[in-house]
Amino acid sequence: MSQTAYDVAAVRADFPILDSQVRGKPLVFLDTAASAQKPQVVIDTISEFYEAHYANIHRGVYRLSAEATQRYEGARDTVQKFIGAADRREIVFVRNATEAINLVAHTWAEQNLEAGDEILITALEHHANIVPWQMLGQRKGVQLRVAPINAQGEVILEEFEKLISDRTRLVALTQVSNALGTILPLEQMIPMAHARGAKVLVDGAQAIPHMPVDVTQMDADFYVFSGHKLLGPSGIGVLYGKHALLESMPPFLGGGDMIESVSFEKSTYAPPPARFEAGTPDIAGAVGLAAAMDYLQGIGVERVAQWEHQLLEQATAKLAEIDGLRMIGTASEKSAVVSFVLDGIHAHDVGTALDQAGVAVRVGHHCAQPVMEIFGVPATVRASFALYNTPDEIDRLTEALRETVEIFR
Amino acid sequence: MDELRELYQATILDHNKKPRNFRVIDDADRTAEGHNPLCGDQLTLYLTMDADGRVADVAFQGNGCAISTASASLMTEWIKGRSPSEIEGQFESFHDLVTSPVDQPVDIADMGKLAVFSGVREYPMRVKCATLAWHTLREAMANTGGTAQTE
Repeated sequence: MSQTAYDVAAVRADFPILDSQVRGKPLVFLDTAASAQKPQVVIDTISEFYEAHYANIHRGVYRLSAEATQRYEGARDTVQKFIGAADRREIVFVRNATEAINLVAHTWAEQNLEAGDEILITALEHHANIVPWQMLGQRKGVQLRVAPINAQGEVILEEFEKLISDRTRLVALTQVSNALGTILPLEQMIPMAHARGAKVLVDGAQAIPHMPVDVTQMDADFYVFSGHKLLGPSGIGVLYGKHALLESMPPFLGGGDMIESVSFEKSTYAPPPARFEAGTPDIAGAVGLAAAMDYLQGIGVERVAQWEHQLLEQATAKLAEIDGLRMIGTASEKSAVVSFVLDGIHAHDVGTALDQAGVAVRVGHHCAQPVMEIFGVPATVRASFALYNTPDEIDRLTEALRETVEIFR
Repeated sequence: MDELRELYQATILDHNKKPRNFRVIDDADRTAEGHNPLCGDQLTLYLTMDADGRVADVAFQGNGCAISTASASLMTEWIKGRSPSEIEGQFESFHDLVTSPVDQPVDIADMGKLAVFSGVREYPMRVKCATLAWHTLREAMANTGGTAQTE
């Protein structure tokens, strides 16, 4: 691929599922924000790993186990470089971003927060970055504070800063809103939190496949994401934590692989990351995730981001021409997500109508019911774009929306 | 988009735009709430019963997609004057209509206007939209004061 032109046809050829037909029409997949499709190299890497290299890790002295261990630990190195972590021991493999947040809630937060302490989140958070903190609040009497957003779907920074108090122990922020696409100004928000002594957890699930991420530069204390949104397999995710923090934390799950020694009287725990990886992990998942990261880096995350931004601008302009369409979330900094409602037509009817045209979008509350409530809608239609989407597909979306309006009005 | 018009027949679109019996009955003998957590569809059903235990009047309020709104509207037209056993029988028939396998014939002889929902079975994700009103009706007839949930 040349460095000048982005060759989307070549990218599409890497994704076998994009050749599918839906109801007799070519699939237009616009739901990458829910989960990304997988390139052939990820599918092949996982198959090949099972066919030729699979065994349990960290145990056997035989060759296959050593190979599998090397591949699994090699995946940790790949993740470390991909997100700019300073130390490979800062990378903990988990199932997904949700599990990573729950891990922090049950270990670091359980150990460090007490009744009356506060956790600050934003009104844009996914349920995964709300519910674990509410559950912690119920266990410990910790207060949850919510930074409000404006009519464009942007966090109001002055309000955010005011809500950080001396009792704020943790600020848990999404980097990109899954429901609206808003990109949060973390370069301003994280220093504000640190200035008051709070730790910062960043939910990077929606951000990491679509923009370069450097956790060291952003100075996140914890950074979490899921592999499946990053062209990798489902079932593998990552918790990044600063080493000193991970080192200070008690284990999450107890079991094999997370211990130093066990007797019936007392067990001692392994250092991070093993302390947080009890039991046999998703070994092939980690290997597949590393393949996905290598693939993305082969194209260039920055180039992908530019391509997706063009798609966002085109989609925003075309959708604005549709009669009765209201865009939900019009932040000045957005990732390639458009969330909208059609006047008088329920989102679920729109979703079914688009499916009929072969266009796959997400309809509903996007696991962000508080966001829906702020905008006074029960549900939106969300189209999200990725490295493999094309301007033609945006035309297919807008055409199908016009037909939908015609049928329902 | 012909297949789409098969699902969204003119009757459904009409009842979505102008739902019948879309009001509140203040002195209802029975009310029940229906909620579909997956899509947020929500409805309240009001019934008054006559001395024989038949439905004398019916109304509903709420918001939802075209399938659920039209289903509630058409259901309210159908149930006036019906007995509890007729309603229970129709619940089963309606359920079969929207859930039976696509390759099996369904009996729409006694369905009247409700037969317009026969296309729903092609869309498994939308079955709960069509059945929400009927689940709520069942809840109201049982008169337990509960909430019908399709999940």
